Amino acid sequence: MLTVANLSKRFGGVHAVQDVSFTIPRGCVYSVIGPNGAGKTTLFNLISGLYTPTSGSIGFEGQEIGGAAPDQLARRGMSRTFQNLQICRNLSAIDNVMVGAHLTLNSSMVAGMLRWPGLSRADRACRERAAALMERVGCGAFIRADAAAMPYGALKRLEIARALASEPKILFLDEPAAGLNHTETHGIQTLVADLARSGLTVVVVEHDMKLVMSVSDRILVLNYGRRLAEGTPSEIRENPEVIAAYLGADAEED
Amino acid sequence: MTHHPDQSLPRSRQSISGPILGPGSRRVVGLAALAAVVALLPLLLPNAFYFDVAIRIAILAVNGIALNLLMGYTGQISLGHAGFFGLGAYGSAVLTTHFGWAPLPALLAAAGLTAVIAWGVARVILRLRGHYLAMATLGLGIIISIVLGNEAAWTGGPDGMPVDGFSLFGLTLSGERQWYWVFGGLLIATVILAQNLIDSPAGRALQALHGSETAASVAGIDVGRRKIAVFVLSATVSAMLGSLSAHYSGYINPGIAGFLQSVELVIIVVLGGMASIYGSIFGAVVMGLLPQILAGYEGWDSVLFGVILVVTMIFLPRGVVPSLATRLRSAGVTGKGGAAC
Amino acid sequence: MLPELLQFILSGMTLGAMYMLSALGFSMIYNASGVINFAQGEFIMVGGMAASFLSAAGVPLPLACVAGVMIAGLVGGLVERMAVAPARDAEVASIIIITIGVSMILRGLTEILLGKRPHALPHFSGEAPLALLGATILPQSLWVLAAGALIVLGLSLFFGRTRIGKGVLATSYDRLAAQLVGVDVRRVLTLSFALSAVIGAVGGVVIAPISTVAYDTGMMLGLKGFVAATLGGLGSGPGAVFGGLFLGLIEALTAGYVSSAYKDAVPFVLVFIVLVLRPQGLLGAKPTDRI
Repeated sequence: MLTVANLSKRFGGVHAVQDVSFTIPRGCVYSVIGPNGAGKTTLFNLISGLYTPTSGSIGFEGQEIGGAAPDQLARRGMSRTFQNLQICRNLSAIDNVMVGAHLTLNSSMVAGMLRWPGLSRADRACRERAAALMERVGCGAFIRADAAAMPYGALKRLEIARALASEPKILFLDEPAAGLNHTETHGIQTLVADLARSGLTVVVVEHDMKLVMSVSDRILVLNYGRRLAEGTPSEIRENPEVIAAYLGADAEED
Repeated sequence: MTHHPDQSLPRSRQSISGPILGPGSRRVVGLAALAAVVALLPLLLPNAFYFDVAIRIAILAVNGIALNLLMGYTGQISLGHAGFFGLGAYGSAVLTTHFGWAPLPALLAAAGLTAVIAWGVARVILRLRGHYLAMATLGLGIIISIVLGNEAAWTGGPDGMPVDGFSLFGLTLSGERQWYWVFGGLLIATVILAQNLIDSPAGRALQALHGSETAASVAGIDVGRRKIAVFVLSATVSAMLGSLSAHYSGYINPGIAGFLQSVELVIIVVLGGMASIYGSIFGAVVMGLLPQILAGYEGWDSVLFGVILVVTMIFLPRGVVPSLATRLRSAGVTGKGGAAC
Repeated sequence: MLPELLQFILSGMTLGAMYMLSALGFSMIYNASGVINFAQGEFIMVGGMAASFLSAAGVPLPLACVAGVMIAGLVGGLVERMAVAPARDAEVASIIIITIGVSMILRGLTEILLGKRPHALPHFSGEAPLALLGATILPQSLWVLAAGALIVLGLSLFFGRTRIGKGVLATSYDRLAAQLVGVDVRRVLTLSFALSAVIGAVGGVVIAPISTVAYDTGMMLGLKGFVAATLGGLGSGPGAVFGGLFLGLIEALTAGYVSSAYKDAVPFVLVFIVLVLRPQGLLGAKPTDRI
């Protein structure tokens, strides 16, 4: 579904991502792991159009998308969340989710001003769908809240609801469990598994090994911007290079 | 951070089964109140002078709402918005005076021309952020007012030029009372259209890009195009308003496009409340009345005005209407157990 | 031909030194607090007006000048404490409105206390123009240029050598971090307002003999300082110096060779073009977002 080939990104003299290639099959949960600064978020930003690749190609459903704008990629069915939240704090929680549904509605300014027939009805239906999505991801208690008044953990879920509102084909979750406690992390794990069961392709960047190992079909390991290994969770767990570079160091704190 | 009494209380779960309320019902109440005030105000206004003050407030309010769409809702500051008002006013004045056009086609042509200029400008300056955008828009407004002041052959230069009354199909608007209904109606129409826009998916997109351009673009919103669209819309509304008010006042000078006028509009938006339609109306009332009240106290008018701005911004930083609304709502919730939702 | 050009350059440099001082004040406050201070022009005006008034009242000229600058500095510090500090967490637009309110207050008070009439200071060392390669220059222009140069020198020493100057720099990079290493951020912010008022007032005092000051001359000077600071890149010291001088020169050359009617439009056209080509100003650093 998504094919990345020889992708590189340089910031000045820093090679944030270097010559990385991998393929994500449709309908699987694909995780990207690696120590801090390994280039995981940069990789996400490249794929979702926030950065332009220095070189290499990104193919999505057989078409080259490297360098395309984020809103173009959204039209093709990509959606994502952010490691350090991108919440519209000037909007209510449910409006944030409805922003995610932007492409499913008639968003012409003229139509909006004149209350085009059907627009209100479609918007109301969208509001109901957004509420259902908030329920589904587990922040249903905040349906009437302002986004600015929500706690961190709920905002993480709110972002997932917003990302789902666009009815994406592929969903990128950038550290969905970062900053969450044990119970909340477990909740995210269940949610990801649930999303995968519904047939959605999910790509996860995450530090929490328990979560990654339990939800992933395949795992890509990055180190210093390069691909270190790729394979199923059990292959990764037994890969000596990975153990040396990554799991060994991380195992002590976990 | 605003305190929100509803958060995390299990009580709000009850509402899930029922309809999730949009902003609808409160809107109707506000609009009815506004219409009542506009309809009944003439009974209280003793003479033409007061009608004139009311008209000027309506003009400020419509202009304020236009700027609020850009500044308050979309988060793009403009310190040169009076320039577009001036373009509309002078466009109409020049076309009717020098070319003998009828007022309505002149108004439309001036608005169209302003839209084109705004579009061209927006394409290049809306990449700028924060204070750089403030600087560019400020410069744009000042350039417009300097050009209007210097091209004396067309505009009468610094002394300004007279403008004929507004006539359509052989009927000519005359007198403050007739114009009052025009501008009163225009205000109500503007409020309706602006609120429609804000509550629509398009309006949500504008507010989303204010909140986070990154989030907006990932959700499929073409951030650049949206910013340009709202800038053009806002400028065009100001231009049409400028045309009408030029016909109303019968005389215009370059000052109407100047920096001080642009600042006045920004004050209306910020004082009344960013992202608040009624805030802009409140701001317009304050800006329309204060100079009348303070007139005659030379020097003190400026001081007092400055003090009001500073004190309001310190104690009600989000602007008068949103700050007070939040307080009222939270008072209502603690008093009546959450009926205010 | 050449003397004429030189003449325009000399008057452009004088004007530019004035804009530079206004721009330096802007940048200093912007750096320390992130605020664009629309009252910057009023600091210039207050300095010039106070000095003119004192001098007219019989105070010896040097004393009147120093007093004028100090009064402006005091006003700057008070403005920060009373109007800007209490609104610390407000949005950009709200703080812009506050500084506009402050400028109205200062303008109004000056009008009430000192009247509407324009004031002038006596020239510091006579009004006889000096000849220079066929052009002439007023001795007062030399004072303006010297004051500008001294301020730039003083500022670079202040930021490079003194503890408090480094504190201001640290605050501009990262307020929280500065606080953690023991910088008294509150004092730094007040100081930056006072200092930028002093810088502006020096300009107001040395230019007053040439161009007179009135209660309402601050606004245009402040705006052009904002333009100069933006041209160079907001918050950049060398940017402010370069932007100010460049602006003065271009303005004088346009007035001389093209059209004096459009002289006042030049800064704004210029800044418009520069921002379109280089959104961060000529010497400003490119901003980077972290997502």
